[in-house]
Amino acid sequence: MKLTKDLVAASATPMVLGILAEEDSYGYAILRRITELSGGQLDWTEGLLYPLLHRLERLGHVEAYWQAVTGERRRKYYRITDTGSAELAEQRRQWDTVVATLREIWPGASFALPMEGLA
Amino acid sequence: MTDTETQIAQWRGYVQRRSALRNVDVEELEDHLRGSIEELVGSGLQPDEAFLVAVKRMGALDELSREFAREHSDRLWKQLVITEADPATGSGARRDLLVMIGCATGAALSFKAPELFGMVIDRNPTFYLPNLSLLILPWLAGFLAYRRRASTAVIGALVALFALGAVAANAYSFTEQSQSLVLTCIHLPIALWLAVGLAYIADDLRSPRRRMDFVRFTGEWFIYTVLLCLGGGVLTAFVAGIFTAIGISPENFIGLWLVPCGGAAAVVVAAWLVEAKQSVVENLAPVLTKLFTPLFTVVLLTFLVTAVAIGAGIHVERETLILFDLLLVVVLALLLYSISARDPLAPPALFDTVQLVLVVSALAIDVLVLLAITGRITEFGATPNKAAALGENVILLINLAWSAWLAFGLVRKRKPFATLERWQTTYLPVFAGWAWLVVLVFPPLFSFL
Repeated sequence: MKLTKDLVAASATPMVLGILAEEDSYGYAILRRITELSGGQLDWTEGLLYPLLHRLERLGHVEAYWQAVTGERRRKYYRITDTGSAELAEQRRQWDTVVATLREIWPGASFALPMEGLA
Repeated sequence: MTDTETQIAQWRGYVQRRSALRNVDVEELEDHLRGSIEELVGSGLQPDEAFLVAVKRMGALDELSREFAREHSDRLWKQLVITEADPATGSGARRDLLVMIGCATGAALSFKAPELFGMVIDRNPTFYLPNLSLLILPWLAGFLAYRRRASTAVIGALVALFALGAVAANAYSFTEQSQSLVLTCIHLPIALWLAVGLAYIADDLRSPRRRMDFVRFTGEWFIYTVLLCLGGGVLTAFVAGIFTAIGISPENFIGLWLVPCGGAAAVVVAAWLVEAKQSVVENLAPVLTKLFTPLFTVVLLTFLVTAVAIGAGIHVERETLILFDLLLVVVLALLLYSISARDPLAPPALFDTVQLVLVVSALAIDVLVLLAITGRITEFGATPNKAAALGENVILLINLAWSAWLAFGLVRKRKPFATLERWQTTYLPVFAGWAWLVVLVFPPLFSFL
């Protein structure tokens, strides 16, 4: 399914922060997790994910650290910070309001809850 | 697997050529590529097939590096990839050049135009001095508005601001001795420069990064203007020398045409150079900041210690007031410049501490100056000069005090660097507001003293 650009932009931050709230992770794993949680429906590009991670880092919502993997390679891991957790909580409140309102507007619709990826 | 390694190395070399991507980013992306390849091999593909599929999945590099560039606009400062890569503007650079020549000529001509109405540069200082920036800066704003494809609303706002400036410069009648005339001559260019800033950020009015780009632009523009003026000075000296050698005195030509028209055009040409050739001196301003921040810190600390040791108060003359205001401006410029050039992700370093010491010592000195000014005003009453100096002092003090607090948080790793950057970019309109206040309200307030 192709989401509109605006919807992707609005939902990407809480999704990434939510995944990092579970455990520290790195770019490729985050992308895999998004695909998995959305049942393959959401297909993010690298051009979306990495600039987003770097922006969150600049704003202080996440911290990055490098960890060695096999051989000489190292991998950039991201960890959520306290301000990142606060931001996640705030975004979650906003999304809850949006989802609850949509449920009222579309009664009886079987709502595939968009927030599930955050739990 | 060695084949794949060669392919990955080739890919890396290709990606590293993108200016928006740094080595650490390439490393991160390479890790991503390898993860993707491993997974594909795991599902049964041959390594070389997996490599091709993984690269294909990563998407067009142009698009990828453009997304990176959007987030890291400071790196773009090297070359404006976004506008240059736009296929529709293949002849863009050439058209820019023509528009620049048009605007520079316009600035030079409009500088001379008042002569048609009997206003001569050296005989009508009360007209020329306050109107100087009004004759030149609209052309600069126009050039930038063209480059940014400014919306009608922005263009309307620019026209309104310059019209307001024209009113401020000409509606009040000043005598040659009035303090308000001098104040207008100083503050109107500042107010109008920030209007130029509006044209500069016309393509993205809300973005703090864009405003920081304008701060960078201002610094680089200044450096380029100084360089152009030095070159112009050499040209002028030769014109004077060689024509005098054959018995023709070029003094009038130099004084009435070459210097004023060249200067007016230099304002626009410098802006064009900054826009087009950023990479040439892009590292100059940060280097100057790095050099002079510690030196200024030492000087200010020594001054403070000496002043306290000999118990001297500051003598408040008009020149001293301006001097200390300028000192704060320099400290602020050092701060702004290193902010604009700093890698937002770098951890706090020794330099950040030095900068904090610089700001704190400037604040301490400023408190001494403020006490002295307030004492003078309560004793002898306010004049436009003292009121303006005091107001500027307070505005700079607030900015620096809060910056010091944020820098303190940065050094203690409590705050991300972005808050300091955002504070400075949010504060820019305050400077504009104050400059307009001095220009528009001060003259009637002090009955054109």
